[in-house]
Order: sequence, then C-alpha cells, then structure tokens
Amino acid sequence: MAEAKVLVPAGMLGAGFTAESVQRGIALGADAIAIDGGSTDSGPYYLGSASPKMPAEAIAADLRILLVHGRAAGIPVIVGSAGTSGTDTGVDWVAGIVEAIAAEEGLSLRLARIYSELRPEALAPVLDAGGITPLPPSGALDQVTLDRCEHIVGLLGAEPFAAALDAGADVIIAGRATDTAVIAAYPLLHGCPPGPSWHAAKTAECGGQCTTNPRGGGVLVSIDDGGFTVEPLDEDTACTPMSVAAHMIYENADPNVMREPSGTLDVTDARYEPLDDRRVRVTGSAFTPQPYTTKLEGSGIVGYQSIALAGIKDEEVLADIELWADSLRDYVAYKVEDVLGLPAGDVHIEVRCYGWNAVLGDIDPDTGPPREVGAVLIVTAADQATATKVVKLANPYLLHMPLPGMDHLPSFAFLSSPAEIPRGPLYEFLLQHVVAGDVAGPLSRTEISEVGR
Amino acid sequence: MSDARTIGEVAHLVRSKNAGPFWQTLDVFLDDDASFDAVAQAPVLDPAVIGPLYRVDPATVRIFRLPSIRVVKISFPRRAAQGGIADRDMHAGQQHVPLARLRLDGAP
Repeated sequence: MAEAKVLVPAGMLGAGFTAESVQRGIALGADAIAIDGGSTDSGPYYLGSASPKMPAEAIAADLRILLVHGRAAGIPVIVGSAGTSGTDTGVDWVAGIVEAIAAEEGLSLRLARIYSELRPEALAPVLDAGGITPLPPSGALDQVTLDRCEHIVGLLGAEPFAAALDAGADVIIAGRATDTAVIAAYPLLHGCPPGPSWHAAKTAECGGQCTTNPRGGGVLVSIDDGGFTVEPLDEDTACTPMSVAAHMIYENADPNVMREPSGTLDVTDARYEPLDDRRVRVTGSAFTPQPYTTKLEGSGIVGYQSIALAGIKDEEVLADIELWADSLRDYVAYKVEDVLGLPAGDVHIEVRCYGWNAVLGDIDPDTGPPREVGAVLIVTAADQATATKVVKLANPYLLHMPLPGMDHLPSFAFLSSPAEIPRGPLYEFLLQHVVAGDVAGPLSRTEISEVGR
Repeated sequence: MSDARTIGEVAHLVRSKNAGPFWQTLDVFLDDDASFDAVAQAPVLDPAVIGPLYRVDPATVRIFRLPSIRVVKISFPRRAAQGGIADRDMHAGQQHVPLARLRLDGAP
C-alpha cells in the first residue's frame, strides 16, 4: 500500500514557525517537508523586478529549522516559488541562503535547483506556432505584450520535483511552481493516487489556514490509497471537517475544481469526516489527467511614479471633496501642458482620496462627507524624473487648492518634507495564458550540486 | 415577505480576496442552515444584481452555493488587474463591503 506523509510548516517560507512544531511533525512520521516560497499575491513588482518580498533573515530563520531537522531525520526539504516570484534570481538567492546555513551548521546535502524562468525570445516561436492560449478574462497574446515583460515564469507542476527527489535531492529550491506541486510531488512519486495527493496539497498549502487556529502553526497530511488525513502540528489546534472543507474556497475562483499542469482536481464529491477531535479524514477526491499545460506569469513596466500626500480636515473642503479632487487634477494637468510643455496623454495624474472613496471608487456604497481625507497625488510618467517634476510642480496646488468661490487659500497637512516621494517603476501583470506542453518542449531546468561534501 | 437585513448582518463573515491577479472572489460564511438558506435563496443572489453592484459584466459573475459548509461564493474578473495603474486594492481584501451592505430583499 502506498503511503506518504508531508509536513507543511507554514503557508510561506519566511512567515515563521517553531522548531518544536517541525520536530513534532517529524515524530509523527513525516516523509518530506514542503513549503511554498512565494505567490503573485503581493503584486506585480516582485516578479517585474525579480526581487523578494521577505528579508533574507526571515528566510534564513525558517530554512535553518527545516535544514537542521530535515537532515537529522533524513527527509527531503522542498521549497517552491523561491524569492517570492520564483525567478532564476530568486532560486539562486534562496539556494545561496541554503549553502550558507549548511556551512554554518556543518550539513552535507544534495541540492537541486529547479529553474522555471522563461525569456520572451524563447517563447516567441511558441506564440507563432499557436502554442500559447489565453485564460479568462484575457484575450489572445501578442508579441508586443510578450516583449513588454521584464520577467516571465512558468508554473512548475509536480513532475520536476519528483524527478529531483528521484535523483536523490535532499533539498530542492525551485522557481515558480503551483502552491500545491511542492506538496503533491512526494506522494505522487511514491505511488499515491493523484486525487488525494492534490487535494491534500491544496488543503495544506497555506499551513494552518485549514485549522481552527490559522495562526497556530502548520499541518501534516498523510496520503494513502483511499484518501488523506490532515492534522495540525500544534497540539492545541484542531482540524474539523468544516475548517478543512472551507479551505478549498480560499483564493480560488471555483470552489470545486482546481487546474494543475497535468490535469484537474475535482472535490465536488469529497467527504470530510472527523477521525477524532483534531484530525480529519478526506475521501472521494478526483483527479482527471489532461494534456499538459504550463501557466505563465509575466510582469512589465507601466511607467514611473511619484506621489505626495496631503491631509484634509477642513469641513468646507470635505463637504465638496469630489469637486476639490477633480479641480486639483484638472489644474495640475493644465500646468503640465502650460509649464512643462508635455502633451496631456504623456502624464497620468490621479488624486486618490483616502478616507473618502480611495478603496472602492465608484462602487463605494457610502455617501456623505468624510471625517478626514488623505489626498494622494499620484503621477505616472515615462521616466522617474518627469514624474517627480510633475509632483514638484503640483506642490503649491496640493498644499493650497481652494474650492471654487472660496475667498481664501486653505493650507492642508502635508505628510512629509520633501512632499514628493519617488516610488520607482510601476509594474503590471501582463500574462494570463498557458503554454501547451507538447509545443514548447521542456520549460524547466534542474541543476544538482553537492553541498558540504 | 421581504427581508430587510443585509448580507453582512446575516453572515458570520463576509470576506474578499484575489483569486490570482485577474480575478477576485467573495466568500459569505453562514452560521446555520436558516441563514444559509436566507442568503442562498435571496433574489439578490443573481448575476443581474451582483454585476451592476460591482460594475462588471453580469455574464462574467459566477455564483456558488455550498450548503455542506454553509458558504456562498461569488467570483468575477477584476475590473483592474492587480497592482496596475487603476487598481485600488492590491489584495482585493476590501471588496466585500458592497456585498455585505446589500439587502436581501434588494431594497436600497
């Protein structure tokens, strides 16, 4: 009978967990430790700039626990989406931290680096051959959009992880992967059925999110021929049928199905039963193999931003805040043309009023004057110097803009001096597309090295 | 009989989140079967109502009723892709409010 137990210490590498929770999972018989290192959830900057969201110290603190205890137990440690966005730079950054910890702790290990970054020029012939198709709500991809991407990653499935494990890897640091692939790889390699393997992986991908105490630490999933069992690593925390079933809906547009590169998980007929007051047994998860596809993520630069913030407490202005914000924007746009000689379309100017409708815009159900507003002037231009110049030009108007008909110039509460804050490049996600597996050829590359041997 | 309560008043929790950079999803958690039924069967739980509420095409609105976990889930494409120049909510974490304010009987 096939059986595999995977320890998932947290939803993200760098989020923090205790050595005790990992030791407890190992004592329960964990065969592998798996953790996700990133996501698109923090926005397009991290992929576009290939830079990590978390500080190196937070990654190192978590990795040290996993490497020391994983090596002592002789079980593999698997990390996906390294460095937040899973670019090649992110893989090398996290692998470098692994090497430093191994040297400090006197560990010897076989390290697999799996890269999944793709260059636009490598994808161009695939696009020409009709091998890239859109996912809703996107339309067909064109070469211009592909070329605009600063970085592109393809989401790895379980296969390259399983191959690296088969090659004897003790530690795998991988580029962008599905959150579930890092967890499903070990059970799939050891013959567990795909339905329970993928469903267990989805259940555990956010660590303790599937428990009654999402802040209480990670989980252990035990997959076998008939289904899987999930239990929290923290003895004071429980999994209930409700907490486990409810996690399937988290950050997932469709609560019943989830597409992976190799097929689709369907949990419509899954049953969730308590084994005791802390553990849940799940059966009935189905997985249908489909032609292999790799989802792409890409991020490119829209422009460069500078901002300034003025606080408004004046009741007369707050009573007509929409008119004030529109007047300010229009006046700054006029000055940009008049003084800087820039055509209106070259600079994007927005006045976003926090405290009024900054978050919801035209779908905000609230009406009536706000109590206080933080008016953020947001300027986006083709280069940083122009964006900052426009905010500097706007400085006296952001400070003193009156309402039409006012007989005096009010002065608002600036956040800072200088008022202008250069924000750097503004990135946007450009790809919501998949590559057909049989058109593109191998999309990932694995390099294996011996560390400390 | 018309129900003057809002979805937020009936629910244990209404939340919103990105489902990838191009979609957002709203989850309504109900405490018991009666409140689940009140929301799941409410006439306002209709793409023709949710679409205009969020100013998205009703044809793109997907509504799921999950009685076993007493959850109603609504998903639709983001009007502005996450993090782009028009995005106002990086994680789509505050987009549940218009839904929570919606009255079950559809009255304003």
